[in-house]
Amino acid sequence: MEIIMSILAGTLFGTGIYNLLQKQLLRIIIGTVLISNGAHLFILTMGELKRGQPPILREGVTDYVDPLPQALILTSIVISFGVTSLLLVLAYRASKENQTDNMDKMRGNEYE
Amino acid sequence: MIFTVFFPLIIAIVIPFLNRFKKRIHTGVFALVVPLGIFLYFIRFIGEDFQPVSQQVPWIPSLNIMLDFYLDGLSLLFVLLISGIGALVTLYSIYYLHKNEKLGHFYVYLLMFMSAMLGVVLSDNVFVLYSFWELTSISSFLLIGYWNHRERSRYGALKSLLVTVFGGLSMFAGLILLSIITETTSIQEMVLQKEMLLNNDYFPLIMTFLLLGAFTKSAQFPFHIWLPDAMEAPTPVSAYLHSATMVKAGIFLVARFSPILSGSEWFFIVVSIVGIITLCWGSYMAVRQTDLKAILAFSTISQLGMIMAMLGFGTEVAVFAAAFHILNHATFKGSLFMVAGIVDHETGSRDIRKLGGLFTFLPITATLALFGTFSMAGVPLPFLNGFYSKEMFFDSALNLTEGSLTLTTFLRNVIPYLAVFGSIFTFVYSMYLFFGTFTGKGDIGSLPKRPHEAPVGMLVPPAILVVGIILIGLFPNMVNQPFLAHAAEAISGMKLEEKIAFWHGITPPFRMSLTVVGIGTLLFVFRNKWKGIYHAIPGPLSLNRVYDWLLEKTESYSSRMTKGYMNGSISRYVALILTTILLVTFTFMGFTEGFVMDTSNLAEVSTLEISIAIVMIVAAFGTIFSNNNIAAIIILGVVGYGISTLFVIYRAPDLALTQLIVETVTVALFLLCFYHLPKLRKNVDSKRTKIINSAIAISFGTLMTMVAISSHSSKWFEPISEYFIETSEELAGGDNVVNVILVDMRGLDTLFEITVLGIAALGIYGLIRLRNKKEENE
Repeated sequence: MEIIMSILAGTLFGTGIYNLLQKQLLRIIIGTVLISNGAHLFILTMGELKRGQPPILREGVTDYVDPLPQALILTSIVISFGVTSLLLVLAYRASKENQTDNMDKMRGNEYE
Repeated sequence: MIFTVFFPLIIAIVIPFLNRFKKRIHTGVFALVVPLGIFLYFIRFIGEDFQPVSQQVPWIPSLNIMLDFYLDGLSLLFVLLISGIGALVTLYSIYYLHKNEKLGHFYVYLLMFMSAMLGVVLSDNVFVLYSFWELTSISSFLLIGYWNHRERSRYGALKSLLVTVFGGLSMFAGLILLSIITETTSIQEMVLQKEMLLNNDYFPLIMTFLLLGAFTKSAQFPFHIWLPDAMEAPTPVSAYLHSATMVKAGIFLVARFSPILSGSEWFFIVVSIVGIITLCWGSYMAVRQTDLKAILAFSTISQLGMIMAMLGFGTEVAVFAAAFHILNHATFKGSLFMVAGIVDHETGSRDIRKLGGLFTFLPITATLALFGTFSMAGVPLPFLNGFYSKEMFFDSALNLTEGSLTLTTFLRNVIPYLAVFGSIFTFVYSMYLFFGTFTGKGDIGSLPKRPHEAPVGMLVPPAILVVGIILIGLFPNMVNQPFLAHAAEAISGMKLEEKIAFWHGITPPFRMSLTVVGIGTLLFVFRNKWKGIYHAIPGPLSLNRVYDWLLEKTESYSSRMTKGYMNGSISRYVALILTTILLVTFTFMGFTEGFVMDTSNLAEVSTLEISIAIVMIVAAFGTIFSNNNIAAIIILGVVGYGISTLFVIYRAPDLALTQLIVETVTVALFLLCFYHLPKLRKNVDSKRTKIINSAIAISFGTLMTMVAISSHSSKWFEPISEYFIETSEELAGGDNVVNVILVDMRGLDTLFEITVLGIAALGIYGLIRLRNKKEENE
């Protein structure tokens, strides 16, 4: 199962990167969301999947899944949420100010 | 001893504060204390029974870099020059620089240089030596560019920096090689291993690198081009750095390493040839100059060439004469620079074509110049020190050691003639300098200022140097045993007994001197007849053009190259960064055999998970091909909710909950922004871009998959998770281990995470408010 999950994470990365390399702002944001999803899955796969109970301590249970990746991912989810929302507003502002959402047209004067 | 090296630096820190009082007391007065104190400290070492002193303070012990200071005869000679000339120059500068100038800057740079130069000549550790060496280049750069509103100053400063730092870096390479081979960083210990070094395969490289450093610093042909442009510096600086001390650092380096290097015959060949060519070319070019300081600059180049050549000869007489001439050159050239400064200061011009007949206006200055120029010319008079070292130079040129190579034999035959040739022109430019400025008919009326004698303070320093010229000239043996012999001993590594005497009889060197004076006088008198030769040699070709061409080409080429990849397109940058990551990771993982796959410890495969995974993969690809905003967002939502389902299956309830909430809010946010954002369009990139982008994306996805599998398959350490599970209840009193980790064990991380969110929230708020205000204004 870990291998399938690795492939899934890889696919999310790949599609995310492809979107990231596009010119349109919205696509770039979609790309970052995909990449962070891929990263979460990636971290989860690094631990062991489905061995034991959820990491909530209970009487009589000795075998729990690895809580550390979960803690890391939890942090990461929240951070990527912050990043995504900031990016969205930024994209909105940028396209409003510049009258375009094409990255190539936002290069500034010195490259024209 | 260590304190004296850093003493100027310490005072340099204080100078900006003292500069406040410059209306009442010239800042130079404070600076003057430093070299004077150092001079008085070191002068007591002079004596026949002088023994080397060393002192050590650990600096970076782990790299075997110590602040190792070692005072031997050679260092003593230089230390006294640095502090002695330094004191005179500082005194001179008090009268030369007006109080309205940026005195604080000037003295800070000057003191910084003093520290650096003392460090160079006293360091025994090669890396400490190198650090100080570069510091001299930097302070020289700052001092040349002191009048930074002048274009020529900036040009000269940059040129000197580029040339000397190029040499400095190659010297650094040489020093690294040396320290690797000898497994020590101390110069003295390297000298002990010279036999081994001479037979080492890297010896030619070491010699080349070290000599490059020395030649660039000491302005040897063809690297001499920076020195004439360095004359844009204030005259005290030229007298100090670019004639008496810094330019001799290269000489010092050769002298310091000559116990090691001189074992090779190629050392003799390379150093002698470069030295002799520099001597001839410098003196030949000096006659052509019209600016007083330019004449002195080329004259310095040629004199440095002469010292370099003597070090190359390596015979007893030559080494002794080299040490002697280092001292003599500092006295006469220092005084001449100061004289040139006085002339410039009092007449407002340094153009020798306008000057002339100044003897009546500046009688004292002219008298001082008379001694300086005649000593430089090597006129055979018993009270001029320049004659003695020149005589010894001829003597050593006639008695070169024999060698096995044919080139050596050839050089033995040619060098005496070249020595005479160079000295003839030295004689000519010395006469030209003196008689052109002080005698004849000058156009006094056209000068910017009405000439009058300089203030006493400006006359005292050159006068002291001239007294030095005469004293050494009259009693040359006064400096012989107690001083020069130790220096020569440090260079050659053996005890030297040299007698300096004025009259040896009609010896070949004396006949050479007479030839120089004879032909020199003729050439000087009829100089207008043969001046046309400068149109043929060097003519329009000059090394400066090569330098300018190189600089310009480097700039335009690097700008073109940078523009090639920095085209302002962010997606291009991202692609470049990703490609780099790909290349580095694949290479590294490939070389270290990091890619592994272990299928023994895997969870079982279930249909549910596979179906979720397939849905997610399809959705992920869907985002690429969807050209409709709403559709793209919903597809993205599918991926997000898919992940949260996976979290449920993989026993991560907290993650699943968070992901669900976040995903919902994100989709809502996306939908909100949509209204304002332009519609998604079809990807209109060229086919080539598409292929490149897909290639990068696919390889990156593959890489991540491979890394994920490898990291799962290779467990090098026991996971630390057990610790959290065991202690969660006990330490934090919580049942939910993930929560305990977040809020308790890694509480600070979470705090910062909240901070990040807060900043993001502020940013979002700001971005939205910004719009409102603007719209309100409109």
